[in-house]
Amino acid sequence: MEVPYIVKEREDTGLINSKLGIWIFLASEIMLFGGLFSAYIFLRLAAPPGDFDYWASKLSVPMATVNTMILISSSVSMVMAWASLKLNDFSKYKMYMGITLLCSAIFLVIKYFEYTGKFHHGIYPSSSTFMAIYFTLTGLHGLHILGGIAVMLYFYLPISHGLWREQPEHFSNRVEALGLYWHFVDLVWIFLFPVLYLL
Amino acid sequence: MSTEHSKESIQEHIRVYIMVFGALAVLTVITVLASFLNVSTSEAIFLALIIASVKASLVAGYFMHLISEKSIIISILLLTVFFFFVMIFLPLISYTDHANI
Amino acid sequence: MSSNSHSNDHHDENFIQKYIFSVDHKVIGIQYGITSLLFLLFGFSLMAIMRWQLAYPDTVIPIVGFLFGESGTLASEQYNSLGAMHGTIMIFLGIVPLAVGAFGNYLVPLQIGAVDMAFPKLNAASYWSYFVGGVIMISSFFMPEGAARSGWTSYPPLSIFENGQTIWLISMIFLITSSLLGSMNIIVTIVQLRVPGLTWMRLPLFVWAQFVTSFLLVLAFPPLEAAAVLQLMDRVAGTSFFLPSGLVMSGEIVDVAGSGSPLLWQHLFWFLAHPEVYVLILPALGIVGEILANNTRKPIWGFKSIIYSMVFLGFCSFIVWAHHMFLTGMGQAMSAFFQTTTMIISIPSVIILTSYFLSLWGGSIRFNTPMLFALAFLPMFGIGGLTGLPLGLAASDIYLHDTYYVIGHFHYVVAPGTIFALFAGIYYWFPKITGKKMNEMLGKLHFWPSLIFMNGIFMPMFIQGLAGVSRRLADGGVSYAHASGVLHLNEFMTTSAFLLGIAQIPFIINIIMSLFSGEKAGRNPWNATTVEWAAPSPPLPHVNFDSDIVVHHSSYEYSNPDAKKDFILQTEK
Ligand code: HEM
Ligand SMILES: [Cu+2]
Repeated sequence: MEVPYIVKEREDTGLINSKLGIWIFLASEIMLFGGLFSAYIFLRLAAPPGDFDYWASKLSVPMATVNTMILISSSVSMVMAWASLKLNDFSKYKMYMGITLLCSAIFLVIKYFEYTGKFHHGIYPSSSTFMAIYFTLTGLHGLHILGGIAVMLYFYLPISHGLWREQPEHFSNRVEALGLYWHFVDLVWIFLFPVLYLL
Repeated sequence: MSTEHSKESIQEHIRVYIMVFGALAVLTVITVLASFLNVSTSEAIFLALIIASVKASLVAGYFMHLISEKSIIISILLLTVFFFFVMIFLPLISYTDHANI
Repeated sequence: MSSNSHSNDHHDENFIQKYIFSVDHKVIGIQYGITSLLFLLFGFSLMAIMRWQLAYPDTVIPIVGFLFGESGTLASEQYNSLGAMHGTIMIFLGIVPLAVGAFGNYLVPLQIGAVDMAFPKLNAASYWSYFVGGVIMISSFFMPEGAARSGWTSYPPLSIFENGQTIWLISMIFLITSSLLGSMNIIVTIVQLRVPGLTWMRLPLFVWAQFVTSFLLVLAFPPLEAAAVLQLMDRVAGTSFFLPSGLVMSGEIVDVAGSGSPLLWQHLFWFLAHPEVYVLILPALGIVGEILANNTRKPIWGFKSIIYSMVFLGFCSFIVWAHHMFLTGMGQAMSAFFQTTTMIISIPSVIILTSYFLSLWGGSIRFNTPMLFALAFLPMFGIGGLTGLPLGLAASDIYLHDTYYVIGHFHYVVAPGTIFALFAGIYYWFPKITGKKMNEMLGKLHFWPSLIFMNGIFMPMFIQGLAGVSRRLADGGVSYAHASGVLHLNEFMTTSAFLLGIAQIPFIINIIMSLFSGEKAGRNPWNATTVEWAAPSPPLPHVNFDSDIVVHHSSYEYSNPDAKKDFILQTEK
């Protein structure tokens, strides 16, 4: 017998398993990034006055602003991809998923240039506590992007069509879960951006 | 959720998504501009966090459909957010408390 | 859903699919069980070596002495390695995987009438992540740097410079991932897969305990993961998250950017590690509840208050952590806050324990092996809990902190406490898992010596601790004048430890013997009420039950005057 409530909601909870699962996963992610933010605030308080501002001024706000826009766009196209599935329009889905993938790739490329720019100027994680936390937070965030890209590819490559045709409901549920994850990654960035670059 | 979505409601959703997108873009620009304002650090932090929270709520509420999510999920998230703040603030308070003795 | 069609479905599985990379929660549970029992044995052996050294500091360690170089005794750093690995292995590779990975995995789906966990593949991933983490942890013994030696708490600055810590951190990241995957799965399973009729208040205590435990794991482990990443950065990327400015080591200022904070690590670490102690104890409380109800033939007294207490306990366990940090120069206000929350959190534990004691009142108690272990759990956990109170109050903790008193306190909770409960659970559910009963005679031969020797090890620790003997001393305190009056106890404790080891032999024999020639158990050998006893023993691969399961009763309907038998299975009409 199959595990129930994979595509059909359970009556009393109104949920399918994967939806609940991904949200609990995101709850743990909130605590993961929460721990890092907590470290940021704690260390900022403990640092000599002005130290964080001094190092933060070395970051490139324009690059980060562009990246913010790109990530937000990817989030929108992700939710549009899901909506297209709900409208039964697979080719539109492919298009939006493609845009999301493209955006995430551009994000990483820009991040790469930001990092190497820092390295060129002799700035490393070991340079200061601010830089340490900057590289750790954005690095971990970048890993999340990379993970998202891997899953997106799986749902984008030609096999996805077969998955969709066999079990459309199941497929769009999985895309929804992926979307939730992706929006969360976006959401983390929404906080990282002002905290690291602007304050 | 899937079963409740008729074609029209999805179309309606899409309109909302586009509007949220616009709002997020505008808010991003505002945060950047606000960082050039000549205000004290604490005011700047306050402002930036307010804007970020608004953006985050938009993403969570609309893209992640939290505004119409089931109560179990909402309660789990509330619990998480509570502990999130505990984890942020208790170490901080004890840090400042340390400094005071 | 006939059983036949099912065994046919899975008929073509080969050995590897069936027993190694299985996605069946029962197989994964057993994998967890075997692996974690082996780790417990290993962690115990490390301790046995240390205990030998404490009792006979200058005598060559028997049998394994050659491993430690010319002298055949432990150098200080070797002692530290063994100590840190004992703590780490016992907690993260032994008890938690056994209590949550093995018991939780095997029993939760059965007790809620489900066919499997909600995400079977994730379940397998969780086991394999645990396995890899374990292999990495063990492999550190063979690395040129040796195993970690900064204690299981890994406090910086020491942990940033000491050998072996990098491997420890990497292994921990795997173990944390494993726990996260496992506990998410348990939560979703309990919320989503309960059979019809199984309302929240009809869930057995064990399921409730696993539910709360899983939340603790999901919400408390990630901050430690964050902290582990930061510590890893400190070690490999030269950052100084946890290193203050102007830190002096071997007479020289350490060359890092500085302005980090060792206290930050302590906060993040204990944010996990206090809830972690409830992860160690809650499943044990759940198991004991099941066994008490079954063997007193009575419903558990205060069933609902126990459940509320468990939930409250889980909630509060997130706001008490800094009682481990009273000695860090914490201010008055915070110290008052954490003392208060610590006192508050003891209330639900007392409620649970009291309810269990009251459940015994007027019961017609059956003294079988699981019941003996469960009964012994109560006072042992009681001693552990009560001796914790002075540690939760700053004034007394300042004196007792980091002495053997602390070691005695938490071992009473985890060793004669949790481990006894886990033994009880093994004896109790063995017939379900294997279809064979365990031998009662050997069981009692296991129980009585274990009870005596456990106390022989840990009771004297309170005396040593009160006399001021510090923990983590390779010579057990020989170099301290104030310790001299209590050092003679070391030999007694060490002897007890070795005898405790020997007392486990009947247990091992019992398992092997019962497996091959145990008496056939049948579905419900204990005349129990919860849903798992409605399944065949062992439950069917992949489907568990051979009939449709609907629940009609609350979880412990024993001795209902209206019923013909003295128990009503939850699934009976
Ligand atoms: C039943 C047999 C056990 C014995 C004889 C034993 C003995 C000891 C002793 C003597 C120490 C203190 C070492 C020192 O400070 O120098 C110790 C430390 C410790 N034990 Fe055990 N223990 C046992 C079981 C357990 C279990 C089941 C757990 C966990 C759940 C555990 C967790 C720890 C931890 C966390 C430490 C502290 C390690 C550190 O200092 O970082 N032990 N044990
Ligand atoms: Cu604690």
